[in-house]
This record gives sequence, C-alpha cells and structure tokens, in this order.
Amino acid sequence: MHKLSIAELAAGLREKRFSSRELTQAYLKRIDSFDGAINSYVTVTAERALKQADAADARIAAGDAGLLTGIPLGQKDIFCTTGVRTACGSQMLDKFIAPYDATIVEKLDAAGMVMLGKLNMDEFAMGSSNETSFYGPVSNPWDKTRVPGGSSGGSVAAVAAGLCPVATATDTGGSIRQPAALTNLTGIKPTYGRVSRYGMIAFASSLDQAGVVARSAEDAAQVLQAMSGFDAKDSTSVERPVDDLVSGLGQSIKGLTIGLPKEYFADGMAPGVRARVEEAIATLTRLGVNFREISLPNSPLSVPTYYVVAPAEASSNLARFDGVRYGHRAEGAKSLEELYKRSRGEGFGAEVQRRIMIGTYVLSHGYYDAYYLQAQKVRRLIYDDFKRAFADGIDLILGPTATDVAFKFGQNSDDPVAMYLNDIYTIAANLAGIPAMSLPCGFVDGLPTGFQLMGNFFSEARMLNVAHQYQQATDFHTQWPTEYAS
Amino acid sequence: MSLSPEQVRQVAHLARLQLNPEQVEPYARQLTDILGMVDRLSAADTAGVSPMAHPLDMVQRLRPDVISEADRRDDYQAIAPETQDGLYLVPKVIE
Repeated sequence: MHKLSIAELAAGLREKRFSSRELTQAYLKRIDSFDGAINSYVTVTAERALKQADAADARIAAGDAGLLTGIPLGQKDIFCTTGVRTACGSQMLDKFIAPYDATIVEKLDAAGMVMLGKLNMDEFAMGSSNETSFYGPVSNPWDKTRVPGGSSGGSVAAVAAGLCPVATATDTGGSIRQPAALTNLTGIKPTYGRVSRYGMIAFASSLDQAGVVARSAEDAAQVLQAMSGFDAKDSTSVERPVDDLVSGLGQSIKGLTIGLPKEYFADGMAPGVRARVEEAIATLTRLGVNFREISLPNSPLSVPTYYVVAPAEASSNLARFDGVRYGHRAEGAKSLEELYKRSRGEGFGAEVQRRIMIGTYVLSHGYYDAYYLQAQKVRRLIYDDFKRAFADGIDLILGPTATDVAFKFGQNSDDPVAMYLNDIYTIAANLAGIPAMSLPCGFVDGLPTGFQLMGNFFSEARMLNVAHQYQQATDFHTQWPTEYAS
Repeated sequence: MSLSPEQVRQVAHLARLQLNPEQVEPYARQLTDILGMVDRLSAADTAGVSPMAHPLDMVQRLRPDVISEADRRDDYQAIAPETQDGLYLVPKVIE
C-alpha cells in the first residue's frame, strides 16, 4: 500500500479496497517499525489521525469526498497545529502547544487529508543537513550514515521511506529542493506569496515559502493545488486565482525552450551529478524541448547575498522569543535582561545563534549600508538576471539542484561556510521569488541525485507539466531504497 | 573583515544572547569566515541599483478597521511560562 501514488490511493478508497482508517493504521505501523532508525517524525499524532481517517471514511461513504480525502500526510514541524506541539526543531519551542492552525494545515484538513504527525527539521529551518535539530539528526533512507539534506530532512526521509505518501515542507534557500534531490523525491517551492505563510514559523520572511515533497510531480501537483491560494491573514499572500496544476500535466512539452545557465554548469558540480543532469537534458531533448545556453551573470553572488538578507530577517523575526509569552524560559533570572539573554542562550542552538549574530551585525550601525543595503541591491541584480532570461523567450531554466549526492554526518558541521555552499544552486530562486522544483534524474554510486527547474512567476503548472512528462519517460522517481521497498 | 572575541560578545549582547565563555572563540572564527564569504558583495557594481526588499511588487494591503479576532487571552496565556491575574510575569524591572 505504501508504494501507491495519491491517485491510486484515492481510487482504492473510492472502490472500498481499503478504508482511510486501514490506510492510516498501515502507515502508523510502518512509522512504528522503521522510524526508530530514521528519526523523521518528532511527534506522531495517531489519535488525531484516526479521528480524521474516520471522518474521511464518512465523507467518502456520503459521496462528499475530494481526491485528497482520506490520504495521509506528514506536516513539517514548522506549521502550527492546534493542540499539537509545534517545536520547529528547537529547544526554544519544545513545550510549545500551538493555539491555532497554520492556514495550510486548515486547508489540508478541510480537503480531508489525515495528518500522521509532525516531521523533524533543522532548527528554525536553518541548515542543509538536518543536523541542527534539537531532536537529533534524521538519517537518509538511502544510506543511514548520510544526511537527508535540510532543512526539510524529516519531510523527505519520511516520504522516501514510505512513512507517509507525501509531506509538506518549506524552502527559504533550498530547504525543499536540496533534500528532495538527496532522497530521490520531487519537491516544489512555488512562487513567493502563492501559499500562505500564516502559522508557518518565520525564518526569513521575504524568502520563506511553503511547498510539497512527493514521489512524483503528479502527487506534488495535487497537494500543492490544495495548499495554494490567497489568504487575508498573510500580508504578502498574492490575490490571484490559483492555476489548475493538475489537468495540464499530460500536455506535450514539444517546442518549449529551456535555458541552461552557463554559471550553473561551471566548476563546482561533482562529475557524477553532472553526468546525470546532462542525461536528463538529453531525455528532455528527445521529448521535443529546445535548449539554449543563457547567462545569469550575478548568480555567483547568490550565496553571499542570502547570508546577509536571511540572517538579517532571522535576527529580527527571532527577537520575539523572549522567555515571557511562550517558549523556553531560563530559571531564576534576576533581571529582565538576564531573562532574555539566558532564555535565548539556552533555547537556541549554535547555528541559530550564529545566524542571529550575523544578522544583528549586518544590521548594526555603521555596517548597515556596506552589508544589508548592498545585499539588497545585489538581490535586485539577481532578480533582473532572471527577468531578462524570461523576457528573452526562455520558458524555464534547468540546472543541478545540489553539488553532490548526500554527504556523511559530521562532514560539514564544523564549517558553516562549507555547509552554506550546499545551497549554491537553489538560493537564487528564493531571492528572486520565482518558483523552482527538484526531481530525480538517476543515481551516483547508488545514491540519488536530482535536477532543478526554475520558472517565471506563477509558472508552477508549466514546470509540473515538464516534470510529469519527464517522469513518464523515466523511472528514476519510482526507485525505492531496498530496505523500505517491500 | 574579521570579528574579535570582544566584538562577538558585543553582538551577542545586542542580540540578547548569553554565550558560554568557551563558545566565544569558535563563534569569532566562524562568523569571520561567514563575513569573509559575504565580503564578495562589496566588489559588485551596484551604482544606481535600487535595493530590493521583497520579491513581489506589491503595496501593503489594508483592511477595514473592524474587530476580526475573538478574545483568546486565556488560550495564549496557557502557553506562557509564568502568568498571574491575566498578566505575564517578568523579573522586577523597577527597583
């Protein structure tokens, strides 16, 4: 049952081959058997799940069900869930029971999806390996000595091991796409503002965007469809109808023009990854796609720009954790300042503290113009590069997602800059606000790798169509890590 | 640009972070590395470029000034570390 697509699961429910309760129980059993070694869930919400499953079964029996009704999913632990701990990978929120639901939680609940639990992640979504979580690292189901990527490491590991059919995730600089590439999944970060950020714990508000990790473009499209849409509770939500992401998946992609940024194919990519990405280009060429070399000349500045903008916004967002209203509070502080300092010193892990300090520094008097203002200007240059490419007849852009396959635990943990360079190909899309996705394109020494598609604002449907057509012509995305296949 | 341990202590104070003394040295080294990487920005020619704070060209949406939220003080205070009589408790501020 755990290898079925969402459409197959939905058909099974409709045809009464199994109930949502049975499906949910089967997944809970798999979590129980396998997650001890993976650590993808920080909270399993069995009781809530079975209640939702029963409600879904009733809806299906009454003929009042949508495609997603009764389908289980995992929620990244960055989304607030009423009455369920929402810890965001941090000791700071270890005892935080959310008093309200994130909009996407509300929407997926309303669609009848069944939440199996909350998924592990890097602390406050800051990391590329899921090693910064207060709840411990997550193992990559393809090789448990390796990281699953991050920050959505729990989301991808759970889907890759068949511990949920699909999961929500978030992407501030690559946190959906890089882990998807490292675990053989399809992950999409939509256009900034397409999915509500209400109830999604903020890291860098001008970059954060929610999305999906799934085992195919079709599954991802179906869930993203249900998550998307205007939300008055998010001041940056876009007031624009949601495109139909699903019905166009079967369209021919003949005649599309995809740009290959020469900066993305310069040195830096491991040879095995390069070979797989080039094979993907060859496959798409056979499907009728035209490729053209383009230039995104400012893309080498993406990582430094991001490591000014994101920490600056994070230092401001995370100022709310004061030990007073919610979250961790230090014991026995004698003054208010001591309470703030010790609560934050104890509650935040090292990576979060580093980013808060970088952010505080670049925003401080005397450095603001040199760092923050300059980074915002370079951000404009990066954005203009994309604008130019799309104005010049480019439908989509293709490149690698990650520089290499999954690395071993501890390999980059003492060297923040080396860790940051993991996101070299993914960060630009966040800075520009455009949609981007990663999908599997084969293996290097048995470990999965992926390639990335980036599109113009609100081109999710086109991107998913190309991804789906590619997946009709290839079977990489259907491969399972041996241990979890049966 | 390099950060000295003294500067790290100052930034941590501004960010209201209590650091363990043994963290200061490694943080100074790591933050110096990060700023070294970030320094590449200074070479970019940004004359006449307007800063981009946000990916979408949009103005702040306004809503009618009507009450839209119910009073949920008890729910919100239930998750606070220390409250009394509907107030949040902090250490004494005024002597």
